[in-house]
Amino acid sequence: MSDMTQGNAPGQHYPPGQHPDMPPPPGTVGFVGWLRNNLFSSIPNSILTILAIYLLYAAIPPILGWAFFNADFEGASRTDCTAAGACWALIDVRGKQFLYGFYPDEELWRVYVAGFILLLAILPVLFDKIPFRKLLFANTILLPVTGFFLLSGTSGSPEAILPTVETPQWGGLLLTMVIGVTGIVASLPIGIALALGRRSNMPVVRTMCVTFIEFVRGVPLITILFMSSVMVPLFLPEGVNFDKLLRCLIGVSLFSAAYMAEVIRGGLQAIPKGQYEAAAAMGLSFWKMMYFIILPQALRIVIPGIVNTFIGLFKDTSLVLIIGLFDLLGIAKTVVTDANWIGLIHESYAFVAVIYWIFCFGMSRYSIWLEAKLHTGHKR
Amino acid sequence: MATQTVDGPKRGSFLSDQRTRAILFQGLAFFLVVVFFVYIGTNTARNLEALGISTGFDFLNAPAGYDVAMSLIPYTATDTHGRVFFVGLLNTLSVAATGIFAATILGVILGVLRLSKNWLVSKLVYCYVEVVRNIPLLLQILFWYAVLITLPHPKKSIIFLNDSIFLNKRGLYMPEPLTGDGFGLILIALLVALIIVPIMSRMAKKRQEATGQIFPVFLTSVGLIIGLPLLAAIVTGFPVTFEYPELKGFNFKGGMVLRPEFVALWFALTVYTAAFIAEIVRAGIQAVSHGQSEAAFSLGLKPSWTTRMIILPQALRVIVPPLTSQYLNLTKNSSLAIAIGYPDLVATFGGTSLNQTGQAIEVIMITMLVYLSISLLISMMMNYYNKRIALVER
Repeated sequence: MSDMTQGNAPGQHYPPGQHPDMPPPPGTVGFVGWLRNNLFSSIPNSILTILAIYLLYAAIPPILGWAFFNADFEGASRTDCTAAGACWALIDVRGKQFLYGFYPDEELWRVYVAGFILLLAILPVLFDKIPFRKLLFANTILLPVTGFFLLSGTSGSPEAILPTVETPQWGGLLLTMVIGVTGIVASLPIGIALALGRRSNMPVVRTMCVTFIEFVRGVPLITILFMSSVMVPLFLPEGVNFDKLLRCLIGVSLFSAAYMAEVIRGGLQAIPKGQYEAAAAMGLSFWKMMYFIILPQALRIVIPGIVNTFIGLFKDTSLVLIIGLFDLLGIAKTVVTDANWIGLIHESYAFVAVIYWIFCFGMSRYSIWLEAKLHTGHKR
Repeated sequence: MATQTVDGPKRGSFLSDQRTRAILFQGLAFFLVVVFFVYIGTNTARNLEALGISTGFDFLNAPAGYDVAMSLIPYTATDTHGRVFFVGLLNTLSVAATGIFAATILGVILGVLRLSKNWLVSKLVYCYVEVVRNIPLLLQILFWYAVLITLPHPKKSIIFLNDSIFLNKRGLYMPEPLTGDGFGLILIALLVALIIVPIMSRMAKKRQEATGQIFPVFLTSVGLIIGLPLLAAIVTGFPVTFEYPELKGFNFKGGMVLRPEFVALWFALTVYTAAFIAEIVRAGIQAVSHGQSEAAFSLGLKPSWTTRMIILPQALRVIVPPLTSQYLNLTKNSSLAIAIGYPDLVATFGGTSLNQTGQAIEVIMITMLVYLSISLLISMMMNYYNKRIALVER
């Protein structure tokens, strides 16, 4: 500082090249400088900034007021909510339904156990540096079996440890997770098979796979769900009847498998031909070549695409409400038809929107993190 | 290929020959698929017989017997299911077309703003994209519908633009343009302008390539498209009058009305798809290497020229393929109309008609084929466009 004041003092002389650095002009550094550079660098930019600030001013306070400051958090029915804002008592009282639908209260521990197993099963898939990874992987592979028996039960008699809980009683987040996880687990292998089929040299197999993929990708999911709920019963011999949820699961899995196949095909195409030829030269059979050489590389490239497909699938699970299943969104729509809570549709939708958002945003962050991790040393 | 090696190593079992196995495997796969379909077919035939439903497409000529809330073509309850099909199809197409139009504009604007140097605007767009992308579309449609139908009654409408546009729980009321004598001339003028513009731009390009002289194509095109119809309007004495909606009793009379179902569906589709398009546009622009714009500047091109002639043509190549799939998604997603009762193809033909006739297989098959053809049509058009702008490699 003393140098600076000296530098400004009149009559001070320095040898050439010895003049101390002058401070940058005020307004180009610090907070003001940042504002100038980032918000008010030009006239259009300043107008944009002012518009954006106005937008925030117009939107944020009313939303916060509605959701928090003027909201009621406790009560037994909507008449207890006297404040002007949201009535979160709905979530307080009906929270169980949002999470489990109509699953019987005394069997809820099974849902908790299943949730815990699911959590353990996801860990080794997400992260490769965790302890007991092999053990956890075994749990992951067994998940479809354990999950199914835990949730639906083993026998119809009420004395059994796991009495049957019919699928119409499943609902809320539980049902959303069941459909989402089943879709994810089933669509990956089917998608790999379809992608391999599409790239196969056998014309018949290739034609069948292409037809299936393009057909499914060309129609909306709703028509497939309609097909599963209206047409599939006609396809089955008399007396045989599938559970409605199972039919829906098959529809959702096949639907996302077609999208998955296209993502994986992208990965297969990105593998250089030399890899195939090298594997063939080593005398590996087709399946060994795929399992040991091609798929590990191809899948690794397309993991972000796979996660994106999962996000889409998770959001699409909400469509099952149209064929009459009570998933998270279905419950949100139903609870407000109760006379005690009628008209609280905004609260209900806002709550489930936050849940969906957390899951989907979490998955997209994970995909970005993974992409960054895989990108190191993998650049060609 | 002509010479077969005779004295090669001794052949093993014929199963170890790759070609034989391929043929066998394909035969087996084909056989299984045929068996599967025959099995389903016989079951279905037996079930339909047991239910007393006759197959075939005769039901398309039977009277539908139910009303459709919104129709672009004249329709009454006594019309046939075949007509319901067209009513639904037109409703689907109208919401998809307007949605694609609005989502493209909003998406491109947001995508460009996302890249803006303005920190606040860029972060705002980021928040918008992340919030909208990660919430199911169906939830958004239901939410906007819930917002619209909890709006005030017609008497307390929200008024825009000096008593000409009214928004209330019954819908969005707008002035309806009524055409008088000589309106045809304006349309003809517009048509002529639309024919002249591409011819002119081609000639201008040819001239520029030959002589280097630049013709202001864009300004002239805008002038032609606006000017010619305007001239025709002046000549015919502005044959367009507006009929304003007026509050009579409990509801508005006159004018055009967009029903809340349509507005909610259109708005949700637009907002949702625009978030994806914004990301596509951002990625496309970022994919053009920085050196390209630097090179353009160093050649002395103006910033607007750099954008138009250097950045955009290259960015479009990256943008168009994913944009196509977003258009397809929007069209397919418009089928969620059924959740809020907008009478699109799935809600009317695939929903009510199916329930009334019981012809599940025919109805669902027709519905699926329609969506399939729309998808193929859009992707064909976009493929054609994509081929035109693709990089010409030596």
